[in-house]
Amino acid sequence: MTDTGGEIVQFDNVGLRYGTGKEVLTDISFTLFPGSFYFLTGASGAGKTSLLKMLYLAQRPSRGMIRMFGTDAITLSRDRLPGFRRRLGVVFQDFRLVPHLSAFDNVALPLRVAGVEEDDLRKPVADTLEWVGLGDRSHARPATLSGGEQQRVAIARAVITRPDMLVADEPTGNVDPDMAVKLLRLFEALNRLGTTVVVATHDIHLLKKVPESLIMRLDRGRLSDPTGALRYPPRPAAGVAR
Amino acid sequence: MSAPPTLPRALIARLRTVSDAISGASEAQLVPQTRLSGPIPWVIAIMVLLTVVAAAGGLSLTNLAGQASADLAGGITVQVVSAAPEERARQANDALAALREAPGVAAVRLVPAAEVDALIEPWLGTRSSDADALPIPALIDARLDGPVSAARLADLRARLATVAPKARVDAQSGWLEPVFGAVEALGWLALALVGLLAVTTSAAVLLAARTALDSHRDTIEIVHMLGGTDRQIARIFQRSIAIDASAGGLLGLALAVTVILALGQRFTALGSGLVGGAGLGWSDWLLLGLVPLTVVALATLTARLAVLRALRQIL
Repeated sequence: MTDTGGEIVQFDNVGLRYGTGKEVLTDISFTLFPGSFYFLTGASGAGKTSLLKMLYLAQRPSRGMIRMFGTDAITLSRDRLPGFRRRLGVVFQDFRLVPHLSAFDNVALPLRVAGVEEDDLRKPVADTLEWVGLGDRSHARPATLSGGEQQRVAIARAVITRPDMLVADEPTGNVDPDMAVKLLRLFEALNRLGTTVVVATHDIHLLKKVPESLIMRLDRGRLSDPTGALRYPPRPAAGVAR
Repeated sequence: MSAPPTLPRALIARLRTVSDAISGASEAQLVPQTRLSGPIPWVIAIMVLLTVVAAAGGLSLTNLAGQASADLAGGITVQVVSAAPEERARQANDALAALREAPGVAAVRLVPAAEVDALIEPWLGTRSSDADALPIPALIDARLDGPVSAARLADLRARLATVAPKARVDAQSGWLEPVFGAVEALGWLALALVGLLAVTTSAAVLLAARTALDSHRDTIEIVHMLGGTDRQIARIFQRSIAIDASAGGLLGLALAVTVILALGQRFTALGSGLVGGAGLGWSDWLLLGLVPLTVVALATLTARLAVLRALRQIL
């Protein structure tokens, strides 16, 4: 099945439980549209990371239906998963940089995985590191970088392929307020270029920094919709209107 | 802050599919190479050393058996056992004449008394005179134009029975039959050892691959999340194992060749005709040279299968 050109992600009555425990996510239904900017909020333990894991195809739900890029993501064969993952950019809460690789090599990783020649990846990687303000730290290994710098390397790695959707889990959790705003501006810049952005955060002050964003709120595994993000058809997405 | 750089269209067009993804250098960077600091090169070196020495032993024994068998094939020995020297000489000459007349006998000679004395000298010492010496059988060495069969042996015995009743006819190969049996058993033992070592090598590589997989699980998950395929990740590990196995294989081969050459010199110094046939030909050395290559291929394949199997447990 091919892209419909409409929704980029659709969750329908999705539930998730780990093992035989009770459901950590219940009846999750929402639709994400191309070019929109979404915040996923909720207290710690509300299920944000679990929901994001399903969004970046690291976790299958226990029930319900997930469509991604117009295709049923639940029954997606293992061989097709990498192709879908290459359309996503993920910023992990704990950065998940490869410790023995330099900042340059970490950022180059998605391109290398995609088979880009070494000669062809040097400039985009250097430009992207410059873009996140780490042009002079390209040879540094993660252990020698500050938390904020590691976060920016992780963001550079997530955006280097210009993904269709960027998923960021608490991307400002380890940085000071000024850096948090700077990182948000990076996401906005990417969003303006057409990438759908989903940022999970428990920092409600951050939401005000992107006034046109749509907000999804998780409360004990259930989703609420304070800005109409989940309405179908939803209100015109801010990212699309811009 | 400015907008992020866009990837040139040509660059996007060059994104490759899995089959031709990632060049060797960049791929190898994903998992730090342990080289000789890890256990695999040493395990492989020991395995290759043992396998090459066992294989060389098997090949030497096979060569020895083959050479001895070829030397003795078609050979018969006629002993004329008589205490009376004149009678012994007469029957020996008659037997010699009968053998020359017999069909299928390619060559025949009476072994000179001096040669017989030299043969038995290590056991009986130098014979001082005919008078006090033990009677020694007259020996006739004959060679048939084909292998010695029971029927041909019976025919020759029948021919000699009339002219030399004291003659005993034996196939030369018959004396060494138990030795050939033992050599053949040792050859099979060497082959079994090579097989067991191959299994042990695979098991060691399997464990090493799993250990490497566990210690790099975080990196693997990251590569997975970035769209890396199972084959790509398997290729990283199989390349890593192949490099380690190659280093170990070369080391093991060098040690094994040293051991074989040293042992060869020792056996050559024995000066025994039997051991002289146990040398290694160029084809044998070629086979031994294939051992490390086979071990590297086996290790690489084992690592690939182990990693692919383990990766299927991860989404």
